[in-house]
Amino acid sequence: MMMNTEIANIRPDFALITNWVRTDSKVLDLGCGDGGLLTYLHDTLKTTGYGIEKDDANWLEALKNGVDVIQMNLEEGLSGFEDQSFDTVILSQTLQAMHNTETIVREMLRVGREAIVTFPNFGYWRNRLQITLGSMPVSKSLPYQWFDTPNVHLCTIHDFDQFCRDHHIQVIERKVITGGQDVHVLPNLMGNLAMYRLKSAN
Amino acid sequence: MSESNSVGIVKAQTAHFTEPLTLQSGAVLPQYHLAYETYGELNASKSNAVLICHALSGNHHVAGRHTPEDKYPGWWDNLIGPGKPLDTNKFFVIGLNNLGGCHGSSGPSSVNPLTDRPYSATFPVVTVEDWVESQARLLDYLGVEQLAAVIGGSLGGMQALQWSIAYPDRVRHAFVIASAPNLTAQNIAFNEVARQAIITDPEFFDGDYYNHGTLPRRGLRIARMLGHITYLSDDAMGEKFGRKLRHGELKYGFDVEFEMESYLRYQGDKFAGEFDANTYLRMTRALDYFDPAKAYDGNLSQALSRAKAKFMVISFTTDWRFSPARSREIVQALLDNALPVKYAEVTSAHGHDAFLMPDPHYHNVMRAYLEQIK
Repeated sequence: MMMNTEIANIRPDFALITNWVRTDSKVLDLGCGDGGLLTYLHDTLKTTGYGIEKDDANWLEALKNGVDVIQMNLEEGLSGFEDQSFDTVILSQTLQAMHNTETIVREMLRVGREAIVTFPNFGYWRNRLQITLGSMPVSKSLPYQWFDTPNVHLCTIHDFDQFCRDHHIQVIERKVITGGQDVHVLPNLMGNLAMYRLKSAN
Repeated sequence: MSESNSVGIVKAQTAHFTEPLTLQSGAVLPQYHLAYETYGELNASKSNAVLICHALSGNHHVAGRHTPEDKYPGWWDNLIGPGKPLDTNKFFVIGLNNLGGCHGSSGPSSVNPLTDRPYSATFPVVTVEDWVESQARLLDYLGVEQLAAVIGGSLGGMQALQWSIAYPDRVRHAFVIASAPNLTAQNIAFNEVARQAIITDPEFFDGDYYNHGTLPRRGLRIARMLGHITYLSDDAMGEKFGRKLRHGELKYGFDVEFEMESYLRYQGDKFAGEFDANTYLRMTRALDYFDPAKAYDGNLSQALSRAKAKFMVISFTTDWRFSPARSREIVQALLDNALPVKYAEVTSAHGHDAFLMPDPHYHNVMRAYLEQIK
């Protein structure tokens, strides 16, 4: 889970997530990296909460940043966390690197009243273009080569919308951005980063 | 010593207590003494004290050497000293020998002032709760109202946990390392085998061997051999000894054939020569009994509801005696109480013993956390 080191370079992402998190609320950040997002949320919204990070080096950085960070593997779910014990559970830029995708999304909605999921939109036109030209996409948001990528479950906005419908997940809000700008027209084609604010529909 | 980051030559001290201590068992110790060592200086605001709680066979000699000729330094010397992760330039570190111990504190092998004979088997069974109570009195004696941190591994981690429950206002940070909220049945089973080895030794004399001029060496030796097996991982043992033969060829007998046997016998003999069997019995019982959730129908979260400390919980991947799953139970209970907690699951090949080893990442974790303590 190395995704957040990139997030740190895309500050707009932080700011947008801030819009979906309430002041003084309790937040759980999955794959929190160096804890940058949690620190930002704490500084701007006085949130409390925890980060989860598997990687030793990231875990240590999060500790140094003063984050309450729990070292565990998200692939094993969120056992240890009570139902509905957080206001918001965040999975930023990590969904595509998860093996147990369905499990983690289900767990997020069990533990959190709301969930925020962000991922690089594989349907973005530049990705499609690179595929059309015969290569796996490599870009700022997908910086890996096909042979060293941690991304095993890349999806498009269209795919994720369908996933939510199939799994009884209510999309409270969806935001699609490219280069920090909102995308309203043809989001699955024009959007680079997808952000979803979710809750259980049941 | 020439080591620049050692606390150097240290001296054990003894604190005497004359206020009776009522134990969990109901027994009363009318008076007792505790052996302790300190490293670093207590600051003017008395806010930099760190208590080190020892495990089964540990004691108050945590760092430094008693004489320049000492072959080994204190048992956690790799962690504690000027510039080390637990920096004695910053912290005032206290190590003590727990009640019932055999290294200078009141215990079965020490002399009962009321009889002028060793307490022997009459020394009561003590618990983790009793230890914490006696440790609190030692802090009073040293003029320390609140600990910056209490740090312990294994049985020591249980004491750190108990500190956070019993004295929530006296602990700012609790380090619970390679520990558990209680022992599993399997762990109690290991302890029972160890105790039976001692108790059935013909030289045990119901614990009164001091007055018979004997020592239950065989029992203690086997107890320690068993313990050693469980403190190491299968992989670590394989790596260190494998099936290596002592003499390069089989002797078709029952003397030492494999290096593994040689190591266990050496460890067992060494321990049997320097540790007290009655203390061993009591230390293992303290392990068995510890179960703070018991008073709350097994609900650890409720047991920890009084705690106010910030926690650092650490486990080691190959520790099967105090497995990461047991540490995660503690973390879960802390999360339920929305207490600040950091949890590290350190990758190590060394089993339970890993908590005493200077693994770079483990020590970086300790250092980074301790540096943040104001």
